[in-house]
Amino acid sequence: MWYHKPVIKEELLQSLPNLKIVASSGVGIDHLDLNLLSSYGVKLSNTPFVVSTDTADLGMALMLASSRRLVEGHQMAVSPDTEYFPANWLGAEVSGATLGIVGMGTVGYKVAERAKAFEMKILYHNRNQRNKEEESAVGAIYCKKIDDLLQQSDFVLLSVVLTPQTQKLIGKRELALMKPTATLINISRGLVVDQEALVEALQNKVIKAAALDVTYPEPLPRDHPLLKLKNVIITPHIGSATEKTRRLMMENMMESIQAGLTGLPIPNEVL
Amino acid sequence: MSKKVQAIYLWWHKPVIDKELLQSLPNLKVIANSGVGMDHLDLKLVASFGVKMANAPCAVSSSTADTGMALLLASARRLVEGYHIAISSGIEYREADFLGVEVTGATLGIIGMGSIGYKIALRAKAFEMNILYHNRTQRKEHEEQAVGATYCKKIDNLLQQADFVMVVVSLTPQTHKLIGKRELELMKPTATLINISRGAVVDQEALVTALQTGVIRAAALDVTYPEPLPRDHTLLKLKNIIITPHLGIKTDKATYMITEEAVENILAALNGLPIPSEVLPS
Repeated sequence: MWYHKPVIKEELLQSLPNLKIVASSGVGIDHLDLNLLSSYGVKLSNTPFVVSTDTADLGMALMLASSRRLVEGHQMAVSPDTEYFPANWLGAEVSGATLGIVGMGTVGYKVAERAKAFEMKILYHNRNQRNKEEESAVGAIYCKKIDDLLQQSDFVLLSVVLTPQTQKLIGKRELALMKPTATLINISRGLVVDQEALVEALQNKVIKAAALDVTYPEPLPRDHPLLKLKNVIITPHIGSATEKTRRLMMENMMESIQAGLTGLPIPNEVL
Repeated sequence: MSKKVQAIYLWWHKPVIDKELLQSLPNLKVIANSGVGMDHLDLKLVASFGVKMANAPCAVSSSTADTGMALLLASARRLVEGYHIAISSGIEYREADFLGVEVTGATLGIIGMGSIGYKIALRAKAFEMNILYHNRTQRKEHEEQAVGATYCKKIDNLLQQADFVMVVVSLTPQTHKLIGKRELELMKPTATLINISRGAVVDQEALVTALQTGVIRAAALDVTYPEPLPRDHTLLKLKNIIITPHLGIKTDKATYMITEEAVENILAALNGLPIPSEVLPS
């Protein structure tokens, strides 16, 4: 299964009586009905760990690009209308700023490791608190209440799994709690953010900017307001899109498929 | 009026400091630069008028290091291209084809390991990058160990091994066109060149050829010669390049800190005290 295709519905499962395993590319399985698959006796695997560093790297790339106005800057640098670079054109500093990580799983933690090297102050919100060694290794402070993180962060980065609990986790209320100088970065799933509320927040300067690798749907309809906002960077879900990682993902998937077909324990099985 | 001027705070190379200006300001004591580069000043000329000079080295290093990392990541992951695909009207993009190159675990070669180069090394280490560096002098062992950096006495060794080559030198007669045809050809065809130093450090014509013929994979430049480039320059048309408008230190925080540093330097000079970041003609 590559990029959520083919769509696994009951008709498909009924038409494939000998289907033993679905190997899904990437770590997210929110596009699959786990109960449906198991009711047909079909096993499921994903590729969880191999995507983590690339996704964390992209989170950092989006934070830096947004904060330093890289996309705008490039457009200015190459535009046929540019005569000079204005002296009062400024971005915001990443080094020393406060990063709030919502979802401190594998990806979130790798973001924290990278952000620490930029001397960022790191806050995090997670279902569970990490242990002391893990926290002090990256200098991360636990915020049991997400509100505390939202109120203090210059950058809010979302790296949660999409579940019924995290759907629209960031809505009007959460955006209003953020600083007006803050930037929202989403590398999780589009549905974690209430997109309409986000559009409003960006238009009314409730927050400063957003950088999204994920939206709902992907791609967005071509007339969607998010595509027109100047203070938004959108990338086409490229969190794991590097040659090396894609190769590793495919290797993982092949391993899972082979194990599934020969009745052996399946690496990266999702239960 | 001109007799009253005792200090000049240079903002983005203006005003231009030439002989006529210096002659017209008999009481000028100090020129404080906003930024660290002094290649736009004739240091000997200024000194010959008994005028002191200072730059602002401390304030710029984090912002510039951040810019270097921003360009490295944006280029590797094809962020600008990706953005255009994501927002473009009517073009059906094929997600599965769009691939960048990995940053984590790749080899970064830093040319010029001053304060900015070192801050880049600190950041790159967190991305588990393998760090090589080339510098006029080798850094101390504990400094190397702190970032896991390996010294390359010969620049060729660095160029041949690096996936990302980051140029962070100051512009001097020795570093002028430091990266030319020979150096580009030593680089891997999968490598990316990132320049956050000065445009003149890179032979731009050689770079154009290298990018067009696949000698290197891509380039990301915060600096060019001149700035901005003429609107018909070939660099602007290439697909495998990101150019930013010399935004290395253009943040609210850095601007504030640079101005603070400049004021410190100016006040010290006017009070006859040692100037914190004095620059002497070498």
